[in-house]
Amino acid sequence: MNIVLIAVIVLGGTGVILASVIFLTARKFKVFEDPKIDEVQQALPAANCGGCGYPGCRNFAEACVKSENLDGLFCPVGGNEVMKSVASILGREAVQAEPMLAVLRCNGTCAHRPKTNQYEGVSSCMAASLLYGGDTACTYGCLGMGDCVAVCQFDALSMDKETGLPVVDEAKCTACGACVRACPKNLFELRKKGPKSRRIFVSCMNKDKGALARKGCAVACIGCGKCEQVCAFDAITIKDNLAYIDYNACRLCRKCVEVCPTNSIWELNFPPRKKAAEQDVPAGTETGKNTASV
Amino acid sequence: MRTFSMGGIHPPENKISAGKAIEQMPLPAQVTILLNQHLGAPALPLVQRGDRVKTGQLIAKAAGYVSANIHSSVTGKVLKLDEVYDPGGYRRQAVIIEVEPDEWVEDLVLSSTLKRECTLSPEDIIQKIQDGGVVGMGGASFPTHVKLSPPPGSKPEVLIVNAVECEPYLSSDHQLMLEKGMEIIVGTKIMMMALKVQRAVIAIENNKPDAIGLLERLAIPYSQIEVMPLAVHYPQGGEKQLIDAVLGRHVPSGALPVVTGAVVLNVGSVFATYEAVQKNKPVIDRVVCVTGKSVKKPGNYLCRIGISIQELIDFAGGMPDSVAKVISGGPMMGKALINTQVPVSKGTSGILLMDSKEALRKKVYNCIRCGNCIEACPMGLEPYLLMNLSELSDWENMEKECIMDCIECGCCSYVCPSNRPLLDHLRVGKFKVGAIIRGRKNQ
Repeated sequence: MNIVLIAVIVLGGTGVILASVIFLTARKFKVFEDPKIDEVQQALPAANCGGCGYPGCRNFAEACVKSENLDGLFCPVGGNEVMKSVASILGREAVQAEPMLAVLRCNGTCAHRPKTNQYEGVSSCMAASLLYGGDTACTYGCLGMGDCVAVCQFDALSMDKETGLPVVDEAKCTACGACVRACPKNLFELRKKGPKSRRIFVSCMNKDKGALARKGCAVACIGCGKCEQVCAFDAITIKDNLAYIDYNACRLCRKCVEVCPTNSIWELNFPPRKKAAEQDVPAGTETGKNTASV
Repeated sequence: MRTFSMGGIHPPENKISAGKAIEQMPLPAQVTILLNQHLGAPALPLVQRGDRVKTGQLIAKAAGYVSANIHSSVTGKVLKLDEVYDPGGYRRQAVIIEVEPDEWVEDLVLSSTLKRECTLSPEDIIQKIQDGGVVGMGGASFPTHVKLSPPPGSKPEVLIVNAVECEPYLSSDHQLMLEKGMEIIVGTKIMMMALKVQRAVIAIENNKPDAIGLLERLAIPYSQIEVMPLAVHYPQGGEKQLIDAVLGRHVPSGALPVVTGAVVLNVGSVFATYEAVQKNKPVIDRVVCVTGKSVKKPGNYLCRIGISIQELIDFAGGMPDSVAKVISGGPMMGKALINTQVPVSKGTSGILLMDSKEALRKKVYNCIRCGNCIEACPMGLEPYLLMNLSELSDWENMEKECIMDCIECGCCSYVCPSNRPLLDHLRVGKFKVGAIIRGRKNQ
């Protein structure tokens, strides 16, 4: 009986003492954390993709709570809705941004770009690009080994076996920018999604002179400047034999698409043209194919 | 016999073209001279379309300190300045010249008589080397004048002439030593004067006994020059490995080799230095060996810089049908070419034609943790671990595991029983970590 009593007293006493030590230490070293951080984090999509520029959603939430007006903070995955709810939690004005999408700026399918050599090494675009220019005569084009597909957390990219190019699934793409960073040839660009998802862009990154570019790939931009001339809104610039369409200035008139001699300008999700309809060419579909590439 | 202490392999030597006398190639109809034949900034062209140039004339000027002059290797009319494929398969600026019979620049000494005496000051010697566009002729093409001007604070004691030629197949350095032995000894002496060192070691692997014997005999009057035979061991030609083998000193991770007191220069660069200083002849030609198991006429050919590799192959008996891969350099560190129109540059030491059987990569199996790659790594790294980290994109830990020390010699991939592509992944990691380190420095 006595032994039981002693044991209870000793253990109980130790427990009380240690508990008070823990209690006091916890009080002393308490770190104040804004409960709003948790709230904001709850509102975020928890993808931890890094698209906002922060390592994870928690860091982004902290940055939101700390910042005074949410300037420069935007969650591309959640988009405007999530940013609205974040703003309402913090009682601030929401920053609205146009939704963006990743587009592939290479049009060189297997049919358009014949292989000039055979690559045998590791199936990784990065490894191949460190070794040499690529297995076609175009050293700027897609290597087709899918580093972008591997890095996409949202299952928005897939390799099209027929064309050898990755395809962006518009419904799934969140514009986190992972593919932009992964591609060693810098072929992805985040562009404005546009009204009704309609977009026009130059699907090529070839900076070779026209004849050389054409030799390597049938649908390369040859820098002829026709699109630049026809554009009424000064949205198109030509640099290093390559045209670029500024998506902020572009009004989607589609004139440049018509004049492009190599069909390297893509139009996505437009209704079929009258002329195009006669030729029985379907307009762009969700899979990213367009009138030019068919 | 001395060699380096850690790792290394001994692949089959296959020196098919060894002992074949250097043969002068006829002048081509056209040459394509790349403007970035060296490490560092590409040279700036000084000629325009339609200009007439003489053999040995400066046609592109070094753009900055780590860069090199480029000279015309032929006489003729500049057809155009254009972008052509370099050995890496990217397009680079080049000067294309239509060839006419040779007309040499005036101050160039054409006679082959040996000129031993050199009374120039070290600064003048380095200036002449810089003017002559001499770069490392072993493959890496690092400008020689930069190597001869060590950073302030470091004090070179020994000049090591890298004549090991540890790559299988290659034989151009070997043949150069046999035919231009005395010039190499004089070149070594000149480089010692430029570096202000009292000792030089010519390191040669033991599979070239004729070259060792010859140079030892020729070096007798020069008490400061020692010829050192080394055991055959790849990658002994690596700068750090060679310093270890010759002096027994280790280059610390991240440091320049000159901290050990040694400066390593390739034997081809020593010969080029002799020609630049004593004969005023810039680098306009070099010995390239064309070799491979099915080549009809393997040999060592003296050709002008800018000749296309196809012409070299034609001269060596044409392209055999069984060839699957054309490599510029040796089988271990050379680069597979994307086509044979690529021109010869200052760093082209050999053209290796590999048969499809030899060239094929085998099926990759899982890592069996045998540790062969660790034993083979001459830098003491753990390639299997680095490959895993690279596949996981864990750059931070790769940096901790010293990926930047990797010399890309390929020993790990060579010994792997599961045929794992270790080097490919290590190279990706090295590139990524290098970019991260540069980014940090710029911040």
